[in-house]
Amino acid sequence: MSTVATATAGEAQVHAGHDDRSFIRKYIFSTDHKVIGIQFLFMSLFFLVLGGLLAMGMRWQLAFPSDPAHPLPGGSLLPETMVNAGIVLPEFYNSMVTMHGTIMIFFAIMPLLVGVYANYLIPLQIGAPDMAFPRLNMASFWLAVPAAILILAGFFVEGGHAGAGWTSYPPLSVESGYSGVYNGQVLWTLSIIILGFSSLMGAVNYITTVVNMRAPGMTWFRLPLATWALFITAILILLAVPVLTGALILLLFDQVLGTAFYKPDAGGQPLLWQHLFWFFGHPEVYILILPAMGFVSEIIANGSRKPVFGYKAMVIAMISISFLGWIVWGHHMFQSGMNPLLGASFMASTMVIAVPSAIKTFNWLGTMWRGDIHFHTPMLNAMAFVGMFVIGGLSGVFLASTPVDVQLHDTYFVVAHIHYVLFGGSLFAIFAAITFWFPKMFGRMMNETLGKVHFALTFVFFNLVFFPMHRLGSNGMMRRISDPTQYEHLQAFQPTNRMISMWAFALFAAQLIFAFNFFWSLFRGKKAGPNPWRANTLEWSTPSPPPHGNFATTPVVYRGPYEYSSPESDEDYLPQDRPPAERPTPAPEPVPAGG
Amino acid sequence: MARPRGFRMHPSPIVMALVLAGCGAGGPAEDRRSEAIEVRDEAPAVDPATAAIVTGRVVFVGEAPAATPIDMSEEPTCAAKHASGATAETVVVNPNGTLRNVFVYVKEGLGNRTFPAPSEPVILDQDGCVYHPHVVGVRVGQRLTIRNSDGILHNINASPSQNRGFNISQPTNMESTRTFTVPEVMIPIACDVHGWMQAYVGVLEHPYFSVTGEEGTFSLAQLPPGDYVIEAWHERYGTQTINISLGAQETRSIEFRFDATTAASAVVPLGAPVDPHDHHGETTRARIGAAADAR
Amino acid sequence: MDGWLPQNVSTFGGEIDSLFYLILGIAAAIFVIVEGALVLFIIRYRHREGRKAAYIHGNNRAEFVWTLIPFLIVVFLAARSTGTWLDIKSPERMPADALELRVTAKQFEWNVTYPGPDGRLGTADDFVRRNQLHIPAGRPVRVTLSSEDVIHSFFLPQFRVKQDAVPGMSITIWFEATEPGEYTLGCAELCGTGHTRMMASVTVHEAEAYDRWAREAAGPDPSTLGDGI
Repeated sequence: MSTVATATAGEAQVHAGHDDRSFIRKYIFSTDHKVIGIQFLFMSLFFLVLGGLLAMGMRWQLAFPSDPAHPLPGGSLLPETMVNAGIVLPEFYNSMVTMHGTIMIFFAIMPLLVGVYANYLIPLQIGAPDMAFPRLNMASFWLAVPAAILILAGFFVEGGHAGAGWTSYPPLSVESGYSGVYNGQVLWTLSIIILGFSSLMGAVNYITTVVNMRAPGMTWFRLPLATWALFITAILILLAVPVLTGALILLLFDQVLGTAFYKPDAGGQPLLWQHLFWFFGHPEVYILILPAMGFVSEIIANGSRKPVFGYKAMVIAMISISFLGWIVWGHHMFQSGMNPLLGASFMASTMVIAVPSAIKTFNWLGTMWRGDIHFHTPMLNAMAFVGMFVIGGLSGVFLASTPVDVQLHDTYFVVAHIHYVLFGGSLFAIFAAITFWFPKMFGRMMNETLGKVHFALTFVFFNLVFFPMHRLGSNGMMRRISDPTQYEHLQAFQPTNRMISMWAFALFAAQLIFAFNFFWSLFRGKKAGPNPWRANTLEWSTPSPPPHGNFATTPVVYRGPYEYSSPESDEDYLPQDRPPAERPTPAPEPVPAGG
Repeated sequence: MARPRGFRMHPSPIVMALVLAGCGAGGPAEDRRSEAIEVRDEAPAVDPATAAIVTGRVVFVGEAPAATPIDMSEEPTCAAKHASGATAETVVVNPNGTLRNVFVYVKEGLGNRTFPAPSEPVILDQDGCVYHPHVVGVRVGQRLTIRNSDGILHNINASPSQNRGFNISQPTNMESTRTFTVPEVMIPIACDVHGWMQAYVGVLEHPYFSVTGEEGTFSLAQLPPGDYVIEAWHERYGTQTINISLGAQETRSIEFRFDATTAASAVVPLGAPVDPHDHHGETTRARIGAAADAR
Repeated sequence: MDGWLPQNVSTFGGEIDSLFYLILGIAAAIFVIVEGALVLFIIRYRHREGRKAAYIHGNNRAEFVWTLIPFLIVVFLAARSTGTWLDIKSPERMPADALELRVTAKQFEWNVTYPGPDGRLGTADDFVRRNQLHIPAGRPVRVTLSSEDVIHSFFLPQFRVKQDAVPGMSITIWFEATEPGEYTLGCAELCGTGHTRMMASVTVHEAEAYDRWAREAAGPDPSTLGDGI
């Protein structure tokens, strides 16, 4: 497919040469996709920490439920409406549960995967000077800021923050008489509505850019898998987020205008919310994993010095996941009161969606097979992704079987499943991605020793925290309860709960190593050249960090992105834009598609 | 963060003296638990030289209904505190034929007088999964301290129609404090964990209220002379009013009479007996015309 | 911890448990194969001096095999699960001769309506108990679930029963106890600040003992207040 390459070639030259923007235009209100990506990075890392702190508060309460002998550390800093005499109040526990999920999903993982890397990588990896709509891109970040302010504001209002779970089921989420929460719930709703618009703006940009601005020679099947993954994710966002926004607007109306879309006494349907929310919610979880899968493919190929095994199959698998992802939402609602026949059909589609993920897993293993594996920090984290994602996927099979789900729905088995895919999966991939693209973003390497220590501790503690939750759940521990000891059948598991909490505190502490590494390396990291990982994709052909406009001249692409250990190269890598060696025949042979 | 707001503090010695005097004036045999704290504040409007007093009792006419037992077996901690079984406090007729837990107060007649709120809190205690007192009065801006003496999870759900409500929890022994900013008679308080628990709080801007106890008597002292409407409120039998004209230093005795039929003819007052199955207060607030909570 | 699942005292619980263990077995096998391969490759293909990676782009036969086998496994599991699912939840398959009860969930209690001496629900002699579910062993029980306020979820872990109670909907479920004893009913859907303590005692009586209990219990309800206002 031809692109607008020739037109942009000249522009790129102009941009690369002249950069006389003011400080504000360069770093604050910037239209440069790289700056916007980094802005998202700092915002999301802040929320990642906040989400982690909320989890620590929850784990403290679960370890020492309502125990005056173990007051919440830092509890005296919080108002009496949250922590009274050192004891976490149930309403605050419900808020912590709600806000941990909300912040991690909407303000940490999603922006880290998409806001950061879709913005940062897409133009670089396709050879473009910037996004198709740079000003829309800037608006997308700055719209996320008021959403972030609103979500933080909810902690400070009377009645506390939203307390109906990140899933916000009505009627609990619309009637303050039931929840005891007033404006917090409304602020939550408003914030996610606004954030949705920010995501949509981004999605429009990513799709348009990938379709229209690929450099010459960058055919669809020469795109790096990170770009493929981000592109597909953008389509999912474009189609799913409006449904959530619509559902949220109806929720907002019920909350403040006295309508009754979801209120049964006035003719509304609580199940309507569930259908709308999960119709968004299931594609959402693929939004949260696909980019991670893309990064892992990049990094495993790089670490193994070997082409991705089954590149085309990987692309088809991602496309299959994104198609199937639209018809499985009912598996979140098996026990909701849906017609059981409908439940059975959702079971069928849910079981089938395991297959493309399995294909990808085998292809990652195939990439490592007969490779020459270098265990740098990104590679370690990427391999952990594969190992942990498998566990998360397998636990999903239990939940997919509707009769087994009867026992497991709304228990800690689900908590284990989601954390294996979101932490064991997405977050390890994020650690890998941050470490991998850090030199490109900031011109310095992160410290490798600290990276390895952080990885090892995180991997061990993560499993110690979340694996036991599978058994807690199958033994009947419900979700979102602030005091498991109230139930006789759970009292025997209290030592397990306490132990999980201890490991969780250790897990959180281990993240300080990553935080220190990140910030220290910004200023003192070893200076990085353009291609410290000896990788092939186009971003590694630019300086670290790239100038405004990215490429001095528009690159031309000659081959696929994973030509590691190619016989055509003396080294064990071969960049996409390196011209082929001189051959006796005048015309260079066309590079096989996808090769 | 909802720190209690709006209360005014008057730690002067004169107030303390009046408080002590006022506590003694409540009547010798009344059960202290069901007696509202009668505070006599520094109220320049009230001249002790002319202050009058209204006393009386609330009589129940007819056969007292049988006490409804409460099954607390689901909460052993509380069941253990009621050796002879607990009964509902909805209708409690004293041995002398008087009605307990009637909230008697000055409804009209105080004009523009203001009475600053006392600094001491009113304590509402959860003990044995029963609110103590069952009916209590509190001043606008005065702290209501809700205490959990049971050490188990209690929920305190206040459903006012004029004031800002609250729905809070106490997982173990602790105290939580709230204030009300608008006069309201009466605000129902319930525990959603223990559905039989019920209390009523009357919020007034003046100190002239009293809750009948074991003797069924009440006393409104230090009243300035004037014309008054005195109302008696009972959660099942409704409200009754008596109009009086008080002269200087007069001691007036009045009597309210409730019987089973007054329930049928009573105007449903604010905070009428709350049906725990009535979530939007339709029956509770039917006659008042207030809309259900829509936050 | 004592294994994966609590004791099972319901008739269809065994089917659910065997499905659980079937999936557990398959998952364990896949876990060993995949994680084992990962560890093996880490060790076997680590970088060593002079080592070169193989320049391989893929293998279509492998793709076919590892698409087909997982597909067959999941289709098998879906098929195997369907029968049990419909047996549990499908209204057409619910046993006819069941004891009928109504359970109305409310923040934060379970109000159980029993049919009373005439054995029929919806008549004047019905009586209500708060947070006490009494059922006979060896006889199917049909429960019509609803909620007065928010969504709750009726969860009997020892019976493998779970069903959301949705306000505005009446949802029927069934189960049959196999063994007398005391068990737990909990709420499995976040329903407010008392969610952690929305529980009822479940007493399974021997059949004759149940009839005796039902007769004695059918007096005025001591556990509800606010009736007959």
